Amino acid sequence: MSEITLKGINNFACKNVTLRIREGEILVLLGPTGAGKTTLLNVIAGLIPYHGTVCINGNAIDNVAASQRNVGYLFQDLSLFPHLSVASNVAYGLTMRKMPHRERSVDELLRLMKIGHLAERYPGDLSGGERQRVALARAIAPAPKVLLLDEPLSSLDFRTSRYFMMEIRRIQRALGITTLYVTHSFIEAREMADRVGVMHEGRLEQVGSPEEVFTYPANERVADFIGPPNVLDCEQSETLGRGLVEVCCGGNKIIVPYDGGEVKKISISPRHIYVSIEKPPGPTVNRFRGVVDEVMVSDLVSRYKIKIGDTFLVAELPRGVCEEMDLSPGREVFLVLKLRWINVIEGGGVVNG
Amino acid sequence: MIKEPTKGSEAWGMVPIVLFLVVWEIASRSQILSVHYFVPPPSAVVEEFYRLTIEGELGVNFLSSLSRVLIGFCAGSLAGLLTGIIMGWNEIAHRTLHPLFSLFYPIPALGWLPLLIIWCGISEVLPIALIFISSFFPILDNTITGIKTVPKNYIKVAETLGASRYKVLTTVILPLALPNIFTGLRLTTGMAWRVIIAAEMVAIPTGIGALLMRAQSLIRIDIIIVCLIILSIMCLAFERFFLFMERRLTGRWSQHV
Repeated sequence: MSEITLKGINNFACKNVTLRIREGEILVLLGPTGAGKTTLLNVIAGLIPYHGTVCINGNAIDNVAASQRNVGYLFQDLSLFPHLSVASNVAYGLTMRKMPHRERSVDELLRLMKIGHLAERYPGDLSGGERQRVALARAIAPAPKVLLLDEPLSSLDFRTSRYFMMEIRRIQRALGITTLYVTHSFIEAREMADRVGVMHEGRLEQVGSPEEVFTYPANERVADFIGPPNVLDCEQSETLGRGLVEVCCGGNKIIVPYDGGEVKKISISPRHIYVSIEKPPGPTVNRFRGVVDEVMVSDLVSRYKIKIGDTFLVAELPRGVCEEMDLSPGREVFLVLKLRWINVIEGGGVVNG
Repeated sequence: MIKEPTKGSEAWGMVPIVLFLVVWEIASRSQILSVHYFVPPPSAVVEEFYRLTIEGELGVNFLSSLSRVLIGFCAGSLAGLLTGIIMGWNEIAHRTLHPLFSLFYPIPALGWLPLLIIWCGISEVLPIALIFISSFFPILDNTITGIKTVPKNYIKVAETLGASRYKVLTTVILPLALPNIFTGLRLTTGMAWRVIIAAEMVAIPTGIGALLMRAQSLIRIDIIIVCLIILSIMCLAFERFFLFMERRLTGRWSQHV
């Protein structure tokens, strides 16, 4: 197992990126298109020029050629060699590195990836899922120190990608290989990551556990990217003592947990807004009456844009719950903002590298 | 529904040819054509073919042309291939040589003939040099294109898997450039036969082209037709050979590149 450290990486797409990927973990790098995620993978693989330092287990590899870095890289388009059979594709790295027991290693890997029956086929004859497996097998065949996965599930349908997510996790755990996984899918990040990093315009904005990042975005850029716009500007802020501050956002008074000074922006994850069609019992703190403005249904969850005073909030509910409540635009609902999940966004942003 | 071609459909393709020969034979022998002397029947052409073969005249001339084509084509192709690999793989070589290549490539092969007659004289070197030139440029161009159009990600993948620059070239770039190279070879081989006939007609006293010219001066239409048929068959055979080789080497994957 290997630890990867990036110190002050700069080039045309990365701006002073510093990051440590711990031994054996999967760090998922999230970010919109053009954030510099793939560029960062190319930096680690040694495929593009950069300033800064890349270390594997404390040893700088900046002057090591890409062919000597021993990094497994799964490209977004997979780039399986079309002129080689599945077995030859998987064996390619072993042959180039002159590794012994090539045939046995290839057989074992094909079995591990459950593609033994495809050994003599060519990439053009494979389905999307099969191609994905072959590409992963090829990347891990030479026992790389680190595995770089660039949006590996982007070309798969929903069902296949969920299955493949579990497969990647299983294989990564089995081999204990340190992995940097690039995606813009929150589902993949939540399900795959030991830690999540969020990139925006070449900067690494935040690194933390999925729960941390999705619940407590470090700054507005992270909040904007990871969730719908539940980032609220606070017009007034009054310290109540005992770690609580009352803020006024769009005419709504909200109590937030905060020990610092003035609060200017808050955020709350859509998952942590309680929605009910009946007035919830208890004190009126952080309880609001609203009207459903828009319904967005996806495979597993439904999202509701709800108008409260002059403000819109997005709440996320499991599909089953939504169907029971029969929410539709114009319906009156009650919201509870769960106190412990309200996040205060501080000015410059925080990076927990 | 799209049906696969069958042996039956291939045999069907022979029907127009047979029909053409039958109509030709009948028309020529029944003297429907007033100028039947200028269009001898196919049977007369076959007879002449047999005579020329037995007497050895056809064999000698055919072998002369064939050897010139083979030598010129192999040398030109090999030189074009090697130069193309260097120019396709090395950016400095490409930038340096490409202007020269762009200058010479548009010149038709036969345009070199007057110059080559002066430089090489009327000798065996002349047709070989002409075929060399006609083969070199198209193969050079197709090799460069083949190499340059290999997706860059294949090269990056190979590098991350430990391949040196040389190994990337031999195990990824060249195999993936093969379809383009074969296209160049197929186009060039037909061109080589056309060029040799022209050169032999103009300047060389031996070969199929020279035989054609002699037949023309004696108004021997049957011999001219024999030569044209041989020329057609040779062009077809060479092109088919490279098509066969291309399918053998790249058939399983080339449609997916």
